[in-house]
Amino acid sequence: MIEQKIVDPDYLFFEAQRTSQYITGSEAVREAIKRANVDMAIAYPITPQSESMHLVGDIYAEGYVKEYLRGENEFAVMSSVAGASMAGVRVFTATGGPGTMRAFEVFPTWAGARLPVVCAFMTRGINSPLTIQPDTIEMAYLLETGILMLHAENAQDLHDMLLMAFMVAEKTDVHIPVGVFADGFFVTHTRDRVDTLPEDLKLPGYDPYTAPVPVMDMENVPVRQMRDPFVMKSNFMSYACHASWQQEIDAAAERSRKYLRQYLGSLIDVENEDSDILVITSGTAVSQSREAIITAREQGLDAGLVKIKTIRPFPGEEIRALASKAKKIIVPEFNRVGWLAKEIRNVIDEPRKVVGAPRVFGGMTMPPELILDEIRRIR
Amino acid sequence: MKTGMLKISPGFEDIMPEEYRELVDNGPYGKNYGIGDLGSFKELLEEHPLCAGCGLALSLRLTLASLPMPEETVIVGSTGCSALAFPQVALHNIHSLFGNQNAVATGVKRALKLRFPDKEKDVVVIAGDGATADIGLDMVMQSWLRRENITTIMLDNEAYANTGGQESGMSMPGTVLNMAPTGKKFPKLSLPEIAHTSGCDYVAAVSPAKPKQLAKAVRRAILVARKIGPTYVQIFSPCPTNYKLNPKETVSVIRQREKDGLYQTKEFISEEAQAFLNTVEEKK
Repeated sequence: MIEQKIVDPDYLFFEAQRTSQYITGSEAVREAIKRANVDMAIAYPITPQSESMHLVGDIYAEGYVKEYLRGENEFAVMSSVAGASMAGVRVFTATGGPGTMRAFEVFPTWAGARLPVVCAFMTRGINSPLTIQPDTIEMAYLLETGILMLHAENAQDLHDMLLMAFMVAEKTDVHIPVGVFADGFFVTHTRDRVDTLPEDLKLPGYDPYTAPVPVMDMENVPVRQMRDPFVMKSNFMSYACHASWQQEIDAAAERSRKYLRQYLGSLIDVENEDSDILVITSGTAVSQSREAIITAREQGLDAGLVKIKTIRPFPGEEIRALASKAKKIIVPEFNRVGWLAKEIRNVIDEPRKVVGAPRVFGGMTMPPELILDEIRRIR
Repeated sequence: MKTGMLKISPGFEDIMPEEYRELVDNGPYGKNYGIGDLGSFKELLEEHPLCAGCGLALSLRLTLASLPMPEETVIVGSTGCSALAFPQVALHNIHSLFGNQNAVATGVKRALKLRFPDKEKDVVVIAGDGATADIGLDMVMQSWLRRENITTIMLDNEAYANTGGQESGMSMPGTVLNMAPTGKKFPKLSLPEIAHTSGCDYVAAVSPAKPKQLAKAVRRAILVARKIGPTYVQIFSPCPTNYKLNPKETVSVIRQREKDGLYQTKEFISEEAQAFLNTVEEKK
């Protein structure tokens, strides 16, 4: 293990000298976690996530992570993660697809308990019928769990977003979990150029006493303290407490926008924003769309690209403003249900502008030609 | 808990509730009290909301009064009747979900070991029979197999009482309960034996009919979990409400069951745990 120095997050993210490496998405997770000053990581195997947590195990063995274990299933792992977080440590885990579904009951409790957990989701199809192939459908289910959701386009995003996620999650006025999503296989199992940070630098550690809720360690008052207090008694005060608590979690997510803008630069990236046709998407579909748009513009077709980096909080105002100028909006997605097209329709003034296509799933890839076909069809 | 951490800020003495002032002035933190001292100090459990004659409430009072170091104890509970009492327990305690208590406790214990390497922090799971033997059995057993340093205490009222009296794995065979309309078709789960073979270094089955035995088991279980390995205590706590018992007969029901050979106290101690307990108990 290399001796690491704690540095200011802004220095680490924006000023530290980076080294270009040709690595997989899973290896990018290792590189990020190595510099994230993580106390504990809890693992459970599922394709296509497993390799990332193997590699986190390797850096635990080297001493970069203080505690590591393999849990017994994803529900248990996410529960252990909750326990570790409530007891005041920085904790990391990763899952994907059916693992996400197995753990599902726990995710809203992470948000409800104001836990700054960071979890990587390596998305994959879920079983209807069995598939291990790429698909982002699990994100549709996670939209209303209260966790923040960042969607990586590539291994570089995955690396950077993971590190930034800890800093956003742990802000006192945010303090809710962050999921960093990467399209399984396409990002995890392919090699790409990733600019990594110096090995001898790491983020500041987590101070649990900056949390907006008491740490479960019997070292802070009040001691008559249940995490989290029941607000289920049948009286108006209980209902009002529960309602305001949920609203406070929504408000915490809203407050994260300023930090996400600080670290990510913006919630969306836009190329050729004055085009008649905008392709708006997230994850690896952004890369395919960029290819399609290059070809389209070469052929004289006016098309622009909007890359959404944060699914929660959703950049509604930004998209609404862009959509008002566009004639048509194409939303390519790696899932059957088209959750992103629905999200976009929800925030813009003229939902009929949205073409929810192309849509591939069940493991299919998305050749840029499919997106190009849509651009040609609607222009 | 640092000495003097629990105090009332000057000027606020007269507006703090009486029960809180009592806790500050006469609570059990750092005092090494036991059940023999009940009545002389402010108990951790404040005015529980459980039913009249609730065996579980009695067991919980005795358990909380038996904690060897309440000032360093974090409790993980689960869904069920006991969860209704926990907001009134003057310890840091966690309710996460139904059945995941031992997985949560795993995270808590390992985190506290990291944060306080030079200090003992006892992590104690207290949950019902449905949470422990049915929905959470996977995670309960996995925590034993992984040799987590946590104490698991089951308050066994032989039913899902909070949801209205359904059959659990701990109900006696033949018992007619909700969801067992023609009587339970399989035996009461032998969880103490399962705990023993799963590697628990200390296992006991006790009841509030014998408070001293209960207190000793809880104390031993927590001390062994600290130093040696996982421990399990099962406390028979009859439910007057769902079993239609007279609330004043809770303890006599336990005695009758014992007389009929349908409830036995048990204790399994590993060699390593016994050697450790000998040194601890000799000192006393």
